[in-house]
Amino acid sequence: MNTVWKLFFTFLKIGLMSIGGGYAIIPLIQEQVVEKSGWISEKMFTDIITISQMTPGPLAVNTSTFVGLQIGQLAGALAATIGCILCGILLSLTMYVFFQTHEKSDYVQEVLNGLKSASTGLIISAALTMILLALYGNSHPEWNIRSLNWTALLLFSVMLFLLRRRKISPVVILLASGIAGLALYL
Amino acid sequence: MKQHIRKYIWLFAANLYISAFTFGGGYVVVPMVRRLFVGKKRYFSEEDLLNMAAIAQSTPGAIAVNLSALAGYRVAGIPGALISCLAAVLPPLVILSFVSAFYKIFVSNTIIAAILKGMEAGVAALMVDLVTDMCSLIFRKKSFFLSAMVPLSLIANFVLDINVALILVVCCLMCILWALYKKRKRI
Repeated sequence: MNTVWKLFFTFLKIGLMSIGGGYAIIPLIQEQVVEKSGWISEKMFTDIITISQMTPGPLAVNTSTFVGLQIGQLAGALAATIGCILCGILLSLTMYVFFQTHEKSDYVQEVLNGLKSASTGLIISAALTMILLALYGNSHPEWNIRSLNWTALLLFSVMLFLLRRRKISPVVILLASGIAGLALYL
Repeated sequence: MKQHIRKYIWLFAANLYISAFTFGGGYVVVPMVRRLFVGKKRYFSEEDLLNMAAIAQSTPGAIAVNLSALAGYRVAGIPGALISCLAAVLPPLVILSFVSAFYKIFVSNTIIAAILKGMEAGVAALMVDLVTDMCSLIFRKKSFFLSAMVPLSLIANFVLDINVALILVVCCLMCILWALYKKRKRI
């Protein structure tokens, strides 16, 4: 089997197994592209995660593009990326159409409402992790006032105030906080 | 026909724009889709968006890409979903191709690090804003069962570190039992 197909199937597997997204899937990707296939080194994988945090786009898509490029040029990057997103898109669409066609069923309504509540809880969990990362620099901090980043807390409060009171566009918030970061941290 | 093409172009541009600014994880996409699809164009309601977000999260793969596909499908069917997905993966593909060539310089750049540190606070604020609205939509239904599910899944994930797939499966089972119970009570 040639490299392009191997990339496609490996990332198809990664895409299928990564429920919940975010940083929970890092070990899974690492196992596939570093340990099992030996496509990239441990060091390079850590670099990809750093880069992924610096550039827009989902971690899995970024990793698939990067690994694909390193070992299979553009065709490899495309194959890996398509493999990575294919299952998610198909399953999402299937589930959406299913929920729409069975809208009247009490069970379907109840499951959809429950999923909405559960995913809200999960997003709050991700939000808490993000707050800890922004204010303490890591997601398992020691709880004390001294290690708190006061500049970040101020920036966070100002941005939240603007969002709640002024309904400012998310992109403007991101750009403004990036510029503020440049001014405050450099 | 002309209207269709205009819609496709808008979808492509909107998703390209959203994807190019998805820093700090896929959840940032939800407020962006809300801003463009619900606020500006009124293609669907806030409630629809929550349904889509719940589905995008409950299926495998990147939440950002799944949600783009669903929003695109809702607006313009299968072609809409395809166009949206293409636009959603294009920016990371192009940017990563570029970065991959110079990644040593990129990783050690202090200017980029300062911008990103600032953005972290912005992302945190965006997410707090988003979950506040999501919670108020859920609590407004005045269902104890559905309201209690929010803190339960939060604790399961954040404190107990339980696998997301398992949380979602348990949630579905509980909902089916709950629907059964409600039916029994009515008879």
